[in-house]
Amino acid sequence: MTSATSRPTPAAATPGAGQSARPKPAPPSGTPIRVTGAQSLVRSLEAVGVEIVFGIPGGTILPAYDPLLDSTKVRHILVRHEQGAGHAATGYAQATGKVGVCMATSGPGATNLVTPLADANMDSVPVVAITGQQSRALIGTDAFQEADICGITLPITKHNFLVTDPADIPRTIAEAFHLAKTGRPGPVLVDIPKDVLQEQTSFIWPPELRLPGYRPTTRPHGKQVREAAKLICQAKRPVLYVGGGVIKAQASPELLELAELTGIPVVTTLMARGAFPDSHKQHLGMPGMHGTVPAVGAMQRSDLLVALGARFDDRVTGQLASFAPEAAIVHADIDPAEISKNRRADVPIVGDCKEILIELIAAVRAERALGVTDIAPWWQQLDEWRTKYPLGYEWPEDGTLSPQYVIERIGAIAGPDAIYTAGVGQHQMWAAQHIRYEKPGTWLNSGGLGTMGYAVPAAMGAKFGKPDTVVWAIDGDGCFQMTNQELATCAIEGAPIKVAVINNGNLGMVRQWQNLFYSERYSQTDLGTHKYRIPDFTLLAEALGCAGLRCETKDEVDAVIQRAMEINDRPVVIDFVVGKDAQVWPMVAAGTGNDEIMAVQGIRPLFDED
Amino acid sequence: MTTHTLSVLVENKPGVLARVAGLFSRRGFNIESLAVGPTEHPDVSRMTIVVAVDELPLEQVTKQLNKLINVIKIVELEPSIAVRRELLLVKVRADATVRSQVLETVHLFRAKVVDVSPEALTIEATGNSDKLEALLRMLEPYGVREMVQSGMVAIGRGPRSITATAVR
Repeated sequence: MTSATSRPTPAAATPGAGQSARPKPAPPSGTPIRVTGAQSLVRSLEAVGVEIVFGIPGGTILPAYDPLLDSTKVRHILVRHEQGAGHAATGYAQATGKVGVCMATSGPGATNLVTPLADANMDSVPVVAITGQQSRALIGTDAFQEADICGITLPITKHNFLVTDPADIPRTIAEAFHLAKTGRPGPVLVDIPKDVLQEQTSFIWPPELRLPGYRPTTRPHGKQVREAAKLICQAKRPVLYVGGGVIKAQASPELLELAELTGIPVVTTLMARGAFPDSHKQHLGMPGMHGTVPAVGAMQRSDLLVALGARFDDRVTGQLASFAPEAAIVHADIDPAEISKNRRADVPIVGDCKEILIELIAAVRAERALGVTDIAPWWQQLDEWRTKYPLGYEWPEDGTLSPQYVIERIGAIAGPDAIYTAGVGQHQMWAAQHIRYEKPGTWLNSGGLGTMGYAVPAAMGAKFGKPDTVVWAIDGDGCFQMTNQELATCAIEGAPIKVAVINNGNLGMVRQWQNLFYSERYSQTDLGTHKYRIPDFTLLAEALGCAGLRCETKDEVDAVIQRAMEINDRPVVIDFVVGKDAQVWPMVAAGTGNDEIMAVQGIRPLFDED
Repeated sequence: MTTHTLSVLVENKPGVLARVAGLFSRRGFNIESLAVGPTEHPDVSRMTIVVAVDELPLEQVTKQLNKLINVIKIVELEPSIAVRRELLLVKVRADATVRSQVLETVHLFRAKVVDVSPEALTIEATGNSDKLEALLRMLEPYGVREMVQSGMVAIGRGPRSITATAVR
């Protein structure tokens, strides 16, 4: 372990320091007030309850930044790259359940938000992005820093708006937040031309929403719920297939109640880790490409899958044709378009997961009074898999540090109250597998889009949203080099996050595929972070105002994690130098069926049993 | 694959057509015909979209369309209970030697001549796709110099209105 050099502590050591002392202004009145479009925007953000905005100013959004300086309610965090602002807003939203907000200027500022918006769209995260746009007269002329961001983000947002009249600003902001957080949550972009921000207008709150085509269904259909309850009580081999929708709906207590009422095994997808306690005896772990053998096996052999806020993603189902061939499907989701999209549902239930679960529990209670199928033989099979194929890892033969061990120890030491974020790749899968999640909202990652570089800015957003919670970013050396600039933001704005760089010197997951499917021909996966120690992550950390630590042996692991836990006046980066040959197991190879899941290379428990 | 006719009521706002067209292309559905126009409500436009898909993908198209915030209502119009029309303008070579024969065809199809010159006639015809195809087949031997055809518009038969309940 190398110790960090000391450096002057930034003024605001804790997030939000000095914010609470500010005077609270009077709430906005119902009568119109003469303001500029920019003032109307800031007042609207205050009125919808925005506490924090991540962004970077620039030419066309400049008018908005002037009244923002005076706002006593909205804190602006100046990030280093707009992508960081977008992921921070996502991390904030996932950690707090509130709408995350990011802001950028037109052209490149706006296009830099494209990746985080696509990310939030795939993972249904409520985010509102506000972008400046060239003045109305210049739109369509290829003006400086002009980009048709509404056109660009059309397929990757839940909705977007181009505001052409300053009088529409309050209503548009109110609609954007309403759309972002209700129904199936998602990102909404509001594009505002510069002259619209500058023009005089009147501000009136609350505005009337005009969304005639938007009526999300939250109450489930009683008949469908009763039908589902009947199947649940009759099934011999049922599984509760839990997705991220359960976390979005804050339905974990109801899920626990249903699970314990019925005794049915639970699997939690990558997006749902934490929705059901890992310590619970009915929990079989994560399903999918890198899921546990019991979780994947349970789904494959099931006769009833009860999908709750899940979307039968290809990483869960594997080859669709051979997925859970004998299972009847109850599919509950707030988005009707998800139901029967990939797998035909026998009982579709459209609604909010919390409301569905509440009604389902009541219906199952009534149904159980009439009799229930014994699922003990099912548990016998599941327990056999659990005993025979527990989640594990082997220590690398070359004696290098095991990445799984490092992640496991972070989880053990930081505990179930901490928030964990991850980038994308091997470290993400190990963090999903080897950290024990007990509570919803403690595991944040980029599931659908698979965005490398998500971890650091998302951890920053989470820390600003939950300043009293320990936030760990489990990152890879590839991912970390994509977005680590936000550590400067963390250091200056007071977000003392902890970053574990699982540094195997390579684009590890790509390397694993090259090892397995490309004859060990390692094309363009060696980043040189081992060979040349470029960059030196401890020095990079120091340069960005963080404490930089390094750990290369098993003996140092606990001590260096403890040391990181003690540093709370600035962010900490630990360079965990781990072996490059560790692989993520179990694995269902892409394009194959889940029956071919390999517990480790060459061992196919489900396939070989037949 | 079968052909389905969807009547889609949308908010009359800029960019709505792009949202609908973009959705079809990115989800891999082919639009056979598309017509957009106003309705009796100034805030609402109506799209008639003809799409060739099987039953299951059709359900997915409809659900995805419904998710668009600016889409107010979608109704599938079955051919048996709807009036469906397309407009065809076709310029046919018709000098003095064949003009009377061409005119006879025009009358048979209850089409009309909207422009005339010594060597050509421009014919306007409305009807469903089958009728317009038949007309074109009859005119082709004379020489079609130019033609333009609209997308299909359709409306349900009987007194019921799909806009009445959708628009407040």
